[in-house]
Amino acid sequence: MNRNLLITAVMAVLAASALGLAGCATGPSSAELDAQAVAMIRSGFRTEGIAKVERLVQDAVQQACSADHPPPEAQAKALEAQALASVRWPAGGQYLGDWREGEKLAQNGRGMTWTDASDRPTANGAQCYNCHQIDKAEISYGTIGPSLWNYGKLRGVKDPYDPASAAAVQYTWAKLWNSKAFNACSNMPRFGHMGLLNEEQMRHVMALLLDPKSPVNQ
Amino acid sequence: MTRLLALGLAAVLAVLPGIAAAQKSAADGIAEYRKMLEDGNPAELFEAKGEELWKTRRGPKNATLEACDLGLGPGVVKGAWVQLPRWFDDTQKVQDVESRLVTCMATLQGFDAAKLVATPFGRGEMANITALATWISGESRGKRFALPQGHAEERRMYELGKRAFFYRGGPMDFSCASCHGEAGKRIRLQDLPDLRSNPGDGIGFAAWPAYRVSNGQMWSMQLRLNDCYRQQRFPYPGFIADVTVALGVYMGVNAKGAESIAPAIKR
Repeated sequence: MNRNLLITAVMAVLAASALGLAGCATGPSSAELDAQAVAMIRSGFRTEGIAKVERLVQDAVQQACSADHPPPEAQAKALEAQALASVRWPAGGQYLGDWREGEKLAQNGRGMTWTDASDRPTANGAQCYNCHQIDKAEISYGTIGPSLWNYGKLRGVKDPYDPASAAAVQYTWAKLWNSKAFNACSNMPRFGHMGLLNEEQMRHVMALLLDPKSPVNQ
Repeated sequence: MTRLLALGLAAVLAVLPGIAAAQKSAADGIAEYRKMLEDGNPAELFEAKGEELWKTRRGPKNATLEACDLGLGPGVVKGAWVQLPRWFDDTQKVQDVESRLVTCMATLQGFDAAKLVATPFGRGEMANITALATWISGESRGKRFALPQGHAEERRMYELGKRAFFYRGGPMDFSCASCHGEAGKRIRLQDLPDLRSNPGDGIGFAAWPAYRVSNGQMWSMQLRLNDCYRQQRFPYPGFIADVTVALGVYMGVNAKGAESIAPAIKR
């Protein structure tokens, strides 16, 4: 009995000194903290409505762009190439819809939160004015993204279906479909890739930006 | 309450023509509107309720919260807010004000901690926790943030909070940093504080809890973070989950030296 107590006491002292040593060290390594942070985040949330806990599982882009510094150049280039390869081009080469519908979508910042009933694209807005100036008539615009005023005009798009406009039109579609194709850690959502907008909605937003008749290009 | 709301409405109506006529910047207009509302900030009602709750015998143990230790010793409220979240020996945890209130309501008053944590915002005892947090914050009005970082766990929580701040996920790839990781940005007309460093006196972490005029609700920091995550399109953060406390440590330490204006008033 006494011997057992002694052993227990010795073990306790050893354990305490081990803890003490750990306390004197510089603390957990950066990699250990990374793992602890992921575990903390995974255990800190629950599913609510359409906002499922699976949303916490990061894809390659999200994982590479989750630090206070960008990923290495080579990794960023590889992610951009993958993103560009993921772009689904519009059926029948039909890139533009109705700019009036595009303006409505650009104004609409709703969708995909746990208080939204549906996560179908038709329930979502395109969020554009949250971060961009677009039509100058709208003074309530955000500044996280660049101004898109005169977007098509500045790129010389007089006829969106003229081959001379193809590069600007295709770039814009790809940027909307998967913004990470041109900047791996872009702040902009991947509207096509993540199923936030359907093709028809994408065409309407395209028209707002590129249709020479859109108020954006006056 | 009715009188306060009427005052608020009058202030809104008074300031609107001012904006149109003078073509002031949106931020100037909003600042002026806030200034006018300050005379009748309904947060005062929640402060009064919180103070009353602190001093009233309640719960299964019929006790007050006056022996609650918010980090500066039992019953010391003044100055406690600007040093939270911090390490607590008794719980062996880093806690924010709301987490600490749950601890005190459970240990001193005998409330069931799990039931408190599961109560929705604005209801029952959760509304009381919000009022208590509002009063506690007001007792540090004008003081400057100075979170302790002496304990290894406080430093670890800062590092975890920083990682949570930059963690991108969800259908829109957002992290806290998407909106709060750059200076001088805004969403629509709403100015966004850059929370990677001290954004200034009474801005960001130093402006909550706050009364929201737009929805007539008193918002604690936990509810502020909850709605950030909603708009980030993340799943639902648990009330006082470690991730929320870690973010509090990250923002609070970064806000070192910022003057607290809490409880504030917001659009």
